Amino acid sequence: MIPAPFEYVRAGSAEEAIALIAEHGDEAKFIAGGHSLLPLMKLRLAQPSVLVDIGRVQDLSYIRDAGDHIAIGALTRHRDVETSELLAEHVPLLKHAASHVGDPQVRHRGTIGGSIAHADSASDLPATTLALGATYVAQGPNGTREIPAGQFYQGFLESALAEDEMLTEIRVPKMQGAGWSFQKFNRRAQDWAIVGVAAWRRNGDSGVGLVNMGSTPILATSVSSALSGGGSIADAAAQAAAEAEPQSDLNATAEYRTHLAKVLVRRALEEASG
Amino acid sequence: MTVVDTPPAGVIGTRRLRREDPALLTGEAKYTNDLPIPGALHLALVRSPYAHAKILNIDLSAALAAQGVVAAYTGSDLQALWASPMPCAWPVTPDMKNPAHYPLALSKACYVGDGVACVLATSETAARDAAELVVVDYEPLPAVTNLEAALADDVVIHDEIGTNKSYTWDLKIGEDAVTQAFADAAYTVSERYVQQRLLPMAMEPRAVAAVPQPFGGDVTLYSATQVPHILKIMAALTCGIPEQQLRVVAPAVGGGFGSKLNVYAEELLCLGLSRKHGAPVRWNEERTENSQATIHGRAQIQHIELAADSNGKLTAVRVRLLADMGAYLQLVTPGVPLLGAFLYAGVYDLPQAYDFSCTSVFTTMTPTDAYRGAGRPEATYAIERAMDALAREVGVDPMEIRRRNFIQADQFPYTAMTGLTYDSGDHQAAADKAMEMVGYADLRARQTTQNVDGATKRLGIGISSYFEMCGLAPSRVLASLNYGAGGWEAATVRILPTNKVQVVTGATPHGQGHVTSWSMIVADKLGVDPEDVDVLHSDTAISPLGLDTYGSRSLVVGGVAIDMACDRVLDKARKIAAHQLECDAEDLDFAGGVFSVKGSPDKQAPLAGVAFAAFTAHDLPDGVEPNLEAHVTYDPPNFSWPFGTHICVVEVDTETGQVDVVQYVAVDDCGNQINPLIVDGQVHGGVIQGLAQALFEEAVYDADGNLQTSTLAEYLVPSAADVPQVTTGHTITPSPTNPLGVKGIGEAGTIGAAPAVINAVVDALSGLGVTEMPMPASPLNVWTAIQAAQSTTVQEGNA
Amino acid sequence: MQITVTVNGTTHAHDVEPRTLLVHYLREVVGLTGTNIGCDTSSCGACTVHLNGASVKSCTVLAVQADGQSITTIEGLANGSELHPMQQAFMENHGLQCGYCTPGMVMAATSLLEENPHPTEQDVRLGLEGNLCRCTGYHNIVKSVLAAAEGANA
Repeated sequence: MIPAPFEYVRAGSAEEAIALIAEHGDEAKFIAGGHSLLPLMKLRLAQPSVLVDIGRVQDLSYIRDAGDHIAIGALTRHRDVETSELLAEHVPLLKHAASHVGDPQVRHRGTIGGSIAHADSASDLPATTLALGATYVAQGPNGTREIPAGQFYQGFLESALAEDEMLTEIRVPKMQGAGWSFQKFNRRAQDWAIVGVAAWRRNGDSGVGLVNMGSTPILATSVSSALSGGGSIADAAAQAAAEAEPQSDLNATAEYRTHLAKVLVRRALEEASG
Repeated sequence: MTVVDTPPAGVIGTRRLRREDPALLTGEAKYTNDLPIPGALHLALVRSPYAHAKILNIDLSAALAAQGVVAAYTGSDLQALWASPMPCAWPVTPDMKNPAHYPLALSKACYVGDGVACVLATSETAARDAAELVVVDYEPLPAVTNLEAALADDVVIHDEIGTNKSYTWDLKIGEDAVTQAFADAAYTVSERYVQQRLLPMAMEPRAVAAVPQPFGGDVTLYSATQVPHILKIMAALTCGIPEQQLRVVAPAVGGGFGSKLNVYAEELLCLGLSRKHGAPVRWNEERTENSQATIHGRAQIQHIELAADSNGKLTAVRVRLLADMGAYLQLVTPGVPLLGAFLYAGVYDLPQAYDFSCTSVFTTMTPTDAYRGAGRPEATYAIERAMDALAREVGVDPMEIRRRNFIQADQFPYTAMTGLTYDSGDHQAAADKAMEMVGYADLRARQTTQNVDGATKRLGIGISSYFEMCGLAPSRVLASLNYGAGGWEAATVRILPTNKVQVVTGATPHGQGHVTSWSMIVADKLGVDPEDVDVLHSDTAISPLGLDTYGSRSLVVGGVAIDMACDRVLDKARKIAAHQLECDAEDLDFAGGVFSVKGSPDKQAPLAGVAFAAFTAHDLPDGVEPNLEAHVTYDPPNFSWPFGTHICVVEVDTETGQVDVVQYVAVDDCGNQINPLIVDGQVHGGVIQGLAQALFEEAVYDADGNLQTSTLAEYLVPSAADVPQVTTGHTITPSPTNPLGVKGIGEAGTIGAAPAVINAVVDALSGLGVTEMPMPASPLNVWTAIQAAQSTTVQEGNA
Repeated sequence: MQITVTVNGTTHAHDVEPRTLLVHYLREVVGLTGTNIGCDTSSCGACTVHLNGASVKSCTVLAVQADGQSITTIEGLANGSELHPMQQAFMENHGLQCGYCTPGMVMAATSLLEENPHPTEQDVRLGLEGNLCRCTGYHNIVKSVLAAAEGANA
């Protein structure tokens, strides 16, 4: 299995990467860790004519305390997210979710930015950062802009990033004192979730993100509304699939996914409340 | 006959580490695609994207124009290369339908992945790129993916045979007795089970390289195969190569599980094209190709009925099987159901009342063939699940129904109603040991407390007691089943002048550790260090005679042949030693590598000296030829009959359908063990493969005949994180039919596992009214079964 | 494209097509065939090597991405004729049968212990979630890794 031929260029900085993408047009793609793109290219389901390698843009690999949030460079590898002391203290849900991505080899290579930019509803981190109310920073030819996670996911593998924009940072609000839970339901540990739930609760607030419950990662706002309206966990969990549009595939029917979402949201809320 | 483990006297019975390992652990071992072959052309196949389609036209021009391409061919272009169609060596009935099958399809593609054209190029990349440029016009025809629909012949796949039915094969013993038994039965059960299609998924995909000597005329075929000897004969016949000009080598082989027990299109294409082009031709299979173009396993629909008397004692068994052959008959495709046909009464004492019938059909899916256990896991699954159903009918514990029906230890050797003789066994002892190891009584007590109304984590205990026939096999029995070859194995044992030993075996290891085990047999026999025993194998130039490794036959046939060859070498050595010591051969003892005169132990002739004397031949007794070597071809008098009881403990999450295996105990009896380390390894791997069928794996086809699970991302071979520890235990009941007292163990784990797991899942959910459970018991399937059972319960409640 | 890669301590410079996967580069250009290929989808882990000390699947890394980096393959693990302790542990615990998954399994296991020197059985099982074996049922692989950890900690 070998990808179709392509041209390869390496960017030394975000600016250079953006200039290269602009130069090569819509046949070009960024590659960071390559763990979303290369498997598709090997199966020739993706055949970009140019790859712009941003893997060497060292200054985009960091996890920093930025006051009310933690700032994570887009090229930070899953392994670094998974082992971050800073995240353990301020956003343990994200650290924990990162430890469920793929397998250790994938986590050594794959990046948080790559995972989010790929915008796969079946991936763990898009839904988790969505639940956490993250903000993504995109850089384009005309500078940077912030995109709230809630506005980022626009369709199946479609994000709000323009073709000449690059995701550079993920900002995750600090969640100290929040209860949290990450429920990943799959058949093999290395697989994508059949259904996943990322949830947190603090006082009256909550956030619940659903993995693989539609063409985009889903923010289960009805669950949070039910909770803030004083509903029980069971009542809230019954609303788990209100925003979802689950599909059927080899592992689950839409009906079963809906059922699983309710069970897993209930369990997540119980754990987050415990 | 069951005895407690006794400390071994020599190296046999010790957990000796494997000599194979250092090369494998360091990357030094060479698999077929590791071999450097200068000047090789690379083969790539163009495969049908349709399950069933007429080939209207093939345009090779763009491929031929591509960089690095040397040649491109359609099936018709290559017909002159074949002396006959691809072989099927098991015509199970005289009227079996076997459509002609060539390495490349001629007028019709019959499954997704069927080769329709090929490209030869100077690199693998160039060949694969060019294969994508071949333009094939197809006229798609309806796919046939449902076995029962296939039987209706609404869409006939092979026009020349006019039907999708290949054969019906019966084994009917006491037909009137069966009818009577069902009429008189106090209890009956009637169950339908589906053996889902499986992909063998050896970790090494297949790989082939054919290296011709254009002027000398010889050709060497390297292949990731389990069967270099069988391949040599079949490839010589199919390609019209004089057999003496063909050498087949199986280098390091990365697992087979039956999937490399075949003669494949790519082997024949490399061979034929290498001769046509006068250059080496090689092909490496990709995983996606492996899923489509390497044989599949299982794929049967089983209907089993049991009749029992008021004590739950079996009085008759009736089985109807519908077996999916796939698109064509590969090497032993039609015989797979026959290997299970004798075992549908399992480990139970049954009168002459047995009615088995198998009908086999063609479908537009990848051909099926032998996959680890081949017929026996299917049979064991059916009888062991049906016995649980019978236990529910009778209202007794599943272990109790088995106890009432076991063939008793004192009945061995036991002549079964099928006419086969079971060599030795003690089922109750194996079951007792498994129950003790797992803590059966405590588990049942815990289950009562745990599985209360409303419980969402339910405990289940599943039992599987199995008997299997392996060690293929007595040639005369194979003849009676119309198998196209014998079941013997060849061995040569040769003592070199320096008292090192060379063993040549016809068995072909691909992970089983034959080099280690064979050297242990020889070491004990000849009193030499196992490290001084060299084992040669897997190359027809070195080991010209053999029938290879499959069907758990290597030790019980090939290993026994070595043991017997050692005896013959010793017979000869004894004559020379007697000559040296000036005594009668009968007056000599042999122990620890030394001949000594009975009653005068200080009069000795070490084997080393005898070997050197045999080599120099300066002073040999009259009529004794120089050198110490012996060749034995051993045809076993019976199958080998390993048995055991597996107990699986699961916890089922009734809200999600998730099954967690919390404990797995396997008690297996393979007679005497040469190397318990290797025996346990075979059981661990076999159990997990069976457990994978029960919980994870399924080759899923859509209605158009597309395989939807063609990668390891969709076809769920489990990882370490997904499976439990396997606790092994053994009873030892030596086989009386061979001098080593051994039985096969390569497939036992797989045979025992699936029914133990599924019986446990059903047991866990019995309080919810669940009795039906498909494989794999995926979360979706378990949840769906619970929903179905509960809606039935609700309806009954409302009625 | 011209790349320079250090493999098992030796520097190699080659001109490669950008689409060349690291595993093909190692096997076909550098000539180290110990690293195996078992799938097309980054699922099986047979091709696992260390890239700058951490396990990666070399079928999902482009050779050009490894430019200037350091790679260790299974051939680089033993010290002369002395097996690496992980290799030794696999041998002593019968952690391999056909051996095809073994190089990747050993490389994943050494990386695992590097990051977690005191793993529990569950840590080992989860740490090897990206490596498939069809022969051993994993029982003795897990035992091997635990034994290697114990040996290193002894």
